Amino acid sequence: MIYLDNAATTPPCREAIDASVFAMNEAFGNPSSLHGLGIQAEKLIDFSKEALARALGGVSKEIVFTSGATESNNLAIFGLAENYGRRKKRVVTTAVEHPSVAEAFKKLSALGYEVVAVKPDQNGEITADALVSAVDKNTCLVSAMYVNNETGYILPVESAFSRIKKQYPDCMTHCDFVQGFLKLPVKVKSLCADAVSVSGHKVHAPKGVGALWIKSGVRVAPATFGGGQQNGLRSGTEAVPAIYAFGKAVEAFSGNIAQRLERAALVKKYAVERLSEAGLVINSKENASPYIISAALVGIKSETLLHFLEAEKIYVSSGSACSKGKKSAVLTAFGLADAVADSTVRISLGFDTEKNDIDSLAEALERASKSLVKSDRGR
Amino acid sequence: MKELILCKYGEIVLKGLNRGGFENELMKNVRRRIKPLGKFNLRSGQSTLYIEPLEDGIDMDEVFERASKVYGITKLCRAIGTEKNLDAIFEVVCERFGEALENARSFKVAAKRSDKNFYLTSPELSAQLGGMILSKFHHLKVDLFEPEVTVVCEIRDEGAFVHDIAVDGAGGIPVGTSGNGLLLLSGGIDSPVAGCMMAKRGVIVSAVHFEAPPYTSERALMKVERLAEKMSEFCGRITFYTVPFTKIQEEIRNNCPEEYFTLIMRRQMMRIAQRLAEKNGLQALITGESLGQVASQTMAAMVTTDAVCEIPVFRPCIGLDKKEIIDISYKLGTFDISIEPYEDCCTVFTPRHPKTKPQLKDVEEAEAMFDFEPLISEAVENTRVKNIKSY
Repeated sequence: MIYLDNAATTPPCREAIDASVFAMNEAFGNPSSLHGLGIQAEKLIDFSKEALARALGGVSKEIVFTSGATESNNLAIFGLAENYGRRKKRVVTTAVEHPSVAEAFKKLSALGYEVVAVKPDQNGEITADALVSAVDKNTCLVSAMYVNNETGYILPVESAFSRIKKQYPDCMTHCDFVQGFLKLPVKVKSLCADAVSVSGHKVHAPKGVGALWIKSGVRVAPATFGGGQQNGLRSGTEAVPAIYAFGKAVEAFSGNIAQRLERAALVKKYAVERLSEAGLVINSKENASPYIISAALVGIKSETLLHFLEAEKIYVSSGSACSKGKKSAVLTAFGLADAVADSTVRISLGFDTEKNDIDSLAEALERASKSLVKSDRGR
Repeated sequence: MKELILCKYGEIVLKGLNRGGFENELMKNVRRRIKPLGKFNLRSGQSTLYIEPLEDGIDMDEVFERASKVYGITKLCRAIGTEKNLDAIFEVVCERFGEALENARSFKVAAKRSDKNFYLTSPELSAQLGGMILSKFHHLKVDLFEPEVTVVCEIRDEGAFVHDIAVDGAGGIPVGTSGNGLLLLSGGIDSPVAGCMMAKRGVIVSAVHFEAPPYTSERALMKVERLAEKMSEFCGRITFYTVPFTKIQEEIRNNCPEEYFTLIMRRQMMRIAQRLAEKNGLQALITGESLGQVASQTMAAMVTTDAVCEIPVFRPCIGLDKKEIIDISYKLGTFDISIEPYEDCCTVFTPRHPKTKPQLKDVEEAEAMFDFEPLISEAVENTRVKNIKSY
């Protein structure tokens, strides 16, 4: 099996599996209980908070665990808009966000906020200028992703947020950092963000756990109410096994980010060469995250190519969520022609992807190109 | 005092000497649907099917829901049965409608006397029962035109029944009284509607689906199976045939002129469906075509696809607008499944400019560029069968 869908999810690592088993076997107590079993469970959560804080460059009390990045994004967007948007009703985001951000802004729009979604320019770039100029003194929140999940495009979040913070210190900033976490050497300080979302299962932890980093002093309104766990921000008994596994996975991968990045860049460079030879159009920019390659075998629909590769035990993702009528809004926003968007697949590398995996992929793609019937229709 | 469900027959009552057969099919259909929910006594009398639970704790809401989807029933209601005397009836009315009457401002009684030996006529019964209600609930007024509560009382041969206004059933005639048909089920909105429309007229529906991996995914097939499962709430058990169609589609793409792709594909589908029908004793084909909806559904196009069929092809949606078809699919509950976005065999290779007024001889010529016969036999040979039912 060659797994090249790491942007969708990753296999849990040994450390994470062992940690969750340990938490279930040995530390099943409720972290809020006063007795020793509770304290033992609480310590596992504290460990994970430490690990996350270290990896992100914050302190452990700034970490809130959630059920995943979707919840983190929702908590940050609604929680910040509620507390900082009483008088300032303008919110800014980009047109290429993950649905968990895009849909949240849609809801804000329904709640009466003025939503501005910055679109990529004709070169497919979202510039810091464009983001900064979308913000005015009436803006309470800006949310931008760091790495686009469909193309790997890296947004100029650092320069945009730092300029926004200089001009409008009261404007809150949130970054969806899911596809950059433990892949790019970025710390929350340099991001100038007030809140940062990350996900567990994209970094070899199990599904069902994510985190939101919230800068000290920033007030996020909670979305769930109950026992007041996690400083009242996220009531509900913490998912200790998943959280502990998350912490262990982060610990395992928080070193060597730069070396892994260098290695991934080499694999990507090789992949781009091989895929181009096999006749694919590469949508991802050269300076995009090396972990995500968006490419199209024009004339063969994404879904068809995906199933063809699946039959060869190679797993990729269709670049657009689906093809029948519904095109990926993100790919279209990046300016891809319909015929290309329709044929786009996403190849996302893991930490262990080797050149020979790319060879197998390229060979399979050549076979696909020969054996699959192409539609010359530019739908 | 026992709650039961009364199902009123529709057209069945007009069936003269054949009526017994229709009633039997209906009873069988109802029994099959509700059997998993518990023990029931089903009996027929005075153009009504009685569903009487024989155990406690049966989910009567679910029984009612299922019965409301059985073709052959026009109206149904949940009734409480009692003896045929006024005091007993009034007691049931108080129990069943007490709270509603307490909170209402106006009411009426609608009495129906099917047992002509009962000592009161319908108007007399309405008046007397209404009087008893008024004497207990002083605040109420009688309103015969827009009452807030309507109390229905039926005097039937086997007893008195109290219920509120009957709701519409699925209508039609019982599945199993009009032969067998094979539905071409693509996964879109129209074909499930077509299948159910034929089932409503008594046809036992089987379904055939054409799959084209890797152009179509396993999810597309799962979706179509779910559609069939949803349909089976109305149609009863569906025999489901899956035909491997990839090779045929590829050869059409490789060998035939583009503007005829869809027509030739449909002709191959019809051929295969017809062979499956013959092999399995099915009398007709059913499709979801609606005249003029797309290029392959113009009259000229249908002439060319029908030319390969020797058995009748029924197209119940032929005169319906898309909106009307969608309305039916909402009612059936298939709409939400139909719009799930997976590639299906019809959308894989669609010509840019399909012929809307094809000539039969041109299509035949285009098709003759390749010998499809061996592939058709192979597809029929490799067809998989399974039974699908929702409960």
